[in-house]
Amino acid sequence: MFILKLIIRNCFRHPLRLLLTIAGVAVAVIAFGLLRTLVELWYLGAESSSSTRLITRNSISLVFSLPISYKEKIRQVQGVEKVANANWFGGIYKTEKNFFPNFAVDPQNYLDLYPEFVLSPEERGAFLRDRKGAVAGRKLAAKHGWKIGDQITLKGTIFPGQWEFVLRGIYRGAQRTTDESQFFFHWNYLNETLKQTMARRADQTGIFVIGVKKADQAAEAAEAVDAQFKNSLAETLTETEKAFQLSFVAMTEAIVIAIQIVSYVVIVIIMVVAANTMAMTARERIAEYATLKALGFGPFHIGGVIFGESLAISLAGGALGIALTFPAAGWIETELSQFFPVFHVTTVTVLLDLAAATVVGSVAAIFPTWRGVTIRVADGLRRIG
Amino acid sequence: MVIPLSYSFRNLWTRRLTTVLTASGMAMVVFVFAATLMLAEGLQKTLIATGSPDNVVVIRKGSVSEVQSGVERNQASIVESQPEIAIGSNGRQLLAKELVVLINLPKRDSNKPSNVVIRGVGEESLLLRPQVRLVEGRMPRPGSAEVVAGMNIAKRFKGGGLGETLRFGMRTWTVVGVFDAGATGFSSEIWGDVDQLMQAFRRPVYSSVVFKLRDTGQFQALKERIESDPRLTLEAKRETRYYEDQSEAMATFLRIMGLALTIIFSLGAVIGAMITMYAAVANRITEIGTLRALGFTRTSILIAFVCEALFLGLLGGVVGMVCASFMQLITISTMNWQSFAELAFSFTLTPSIIGKGLLFSLVMGLVGGVLPAFRAANMKIVDALRAS
Repeated sequence: MFILKLIIRNCFRHPLRLLLTIAGVAVAVIAFGLLRTLVELWYLGAESSSSTRLITRNSISLVFSLPISYKEKIRQVQGVEKVANANWFGGIYKTEKNFFPNFAVDPQNYLDLYPEFVLSPEERGAFLRDRKGAVAGRKLAAKHGWKIGDQITLKGTIFPGQWEFVLRGIYRGAQRTTDESQFFFHWNYLNETLKQTMARRADQTGIFVIGVKKADQAAEAAEAVDAQFKNSLAETLTETEKAFQLSFVAMTEAIVIAIQIVSYVVIVIIMVVAANTMAMTARERIAEYATLKALGFGPFHIGGVIFGESLAISLAGGALGIALTFPAAGWIETELSQFFPVFHVTTVTVLLDLAAATVVGSVAAIFPTWRGVTIRVADGLRRIG
Repeated sequence: MVIPLSYSFRNLWTRRLTTVLTASGMAMVVFVFAATLMLAEGLQKTLIATGSPDNVVVIRKGSVSEVQSGVERNQASIVESQPEIAIGSNGRQLLAKELVVLINLPKRDSNKPSNVVIRGVGEESLLLRPQVRLVEGRMPRPGSAEVVAGMNIAKRFKGGGLGETLRFGMRTWTVVGVFDAGATGFSSEIWGDVDQLMQAFRRPVYSSVVFKLRDTGQFQALKERIESDPRLTLEAKRETRYYEDQSEAMATFLRIMGLALTIIFSLGAVIGAMITMYAAVANRITEIGTLRALGFTRTSILIAFVCEALFLGLLGGVVGMVCASFMQLITISTMNWQSFAELAFSFTLTPSIIGKGLLFSLVMGLVGGVLPAFRAANMKIVDALRAS
């Protein structure tokens, strides 16, 4: 009890310093939490991928297309339940700043393969019936103020021209982490137009999404699909959706690593600040520690007092930081939605925040504790602060 | 007015541990600040150096990069007939019809695949890019399945080195040379004969037409003529402009990211400086009283403490910049979102970044030190001398 009281009293001896230190730790924890969330965002696509979905693309690279005739051949492969084709459309809405992913898809099969995009039966029906129909995510629609029935025009970058769509549905995500900023429309609409304007590029698709019955059939099915098209003009590469998404992460890995390093740097910075504060505190109180020792308190008591104070301050800062991380993440999600469609702080991040605060408190206390424990009574009493 | 400057500096030395800790906190902030600026600078330098101002790139209207573009053969011929195109010493036009596609290659160290630009080049392509220099082997013979690889590809990607082979488009391609294009985007490309590559990729259209202008002032007229020609659906850009556009999104991302990080981090460091300076003032109340009694004015004391804080900041700034300057040795290789292709670039330090970094450290010191300095200056002599 006595020690606790001493720790609390000690904490409040320099209210300004206490306040500043808590603020410093809180800022660092917020920064760390947000950076961690940003890194997790990179892996979001891979995390939310399904183990029963495979992606087939041209083995040369994603910019090469595959003939649509492959679809029926893939459907015949053992273990394959459903096949949908999808094409990255790369359309621009008004200006490049409004970037959102837009795909030309085989609507029926695509929606079946991605149950996380939830559409009401009426909207789904309306979308399937209208060849110029399109579906947008809830966030995307809200951002541009789109309502069902609105006409939307995208400017093609890969497929030249102005492309007109009618919004037939607005999907919402089944999970908190589902991307609600995508846009899909009928691949047939794209293809029929291409047949008239650029026949050479018609009947081609970017990728096939394959649904297998059970996850353990995925590897076999992938191999069988690729074997089917070996030595053809368009060889395929089939991988699980997760591997496909991770290959994107790998391409920008340098940036992810940089953000990760930086997120640790902020913790180190605040560790230095906290260590400095504790060192100053201990230097000022060295005579008190000597007095305590002279009164008969052991090194454990003195160590406990210093350690406890350091830990209490940094944990208070950590708690404040964690509490503020959520509104900060919410702000980013609404204000910067075109960059970060989802900005969700996970439990793991909160635990890591706590761990970081604990580490900061502990490391900061090492040197002062050592000084307090090892100081000789006579030296300590003789010292003038 | 006399300012007790040596007193300030000696104090920093007396409280060595505190000085080192506070300064190193600021050094890290300056380091992060400078490193992100250097990265954005390096990216932009690389892409700007890739283009040359006399060259014009013609791509399909609306396409952002050469990879998305398509120029039909007949359209390319119309472009070829423009009078503004320069003539080389061999009497031929300095014009190249090129094909740019991406292929997936695994990296040497991690075996993870990444998108690499493969450029089908004509005979004049090399003349159009004087920065490209062959360092090993030879250029591919026209009509053969041979390619040359840029330095960054040869070093980083499997099958990219001299004498190695690549397999794509149902053919095996031998790397017969390695070229160095300095710090430009070309160093991250593979070049081969355009007709062979078009055949292999079953792509009957070019991606771009690149040519040198006879007179750089004729660009505007040429651009207007090409873009208003009803037979063409093309747009013309200066090569420098074209590559600048390619770097815009990524450089902006790096800058915003860097700025956001730095602001948050500097809050931490400023708080650190403030704690240190408040403690420095609190510990020295008697000394301040003595100084005042000796005749130093309030302003002198204020300036002395602000100087101490500024010096602390500068110390951190210098250490941070020295560390950051070592980052120039590191080359980052990542995918540029705009072109969807791998691009290698280095951290680049410029005098303006050094200036910004040091200024930033001084500002941090100033913000951290100004309030404590006022507290020191506002003390009453009697109270200060009486304090234990």
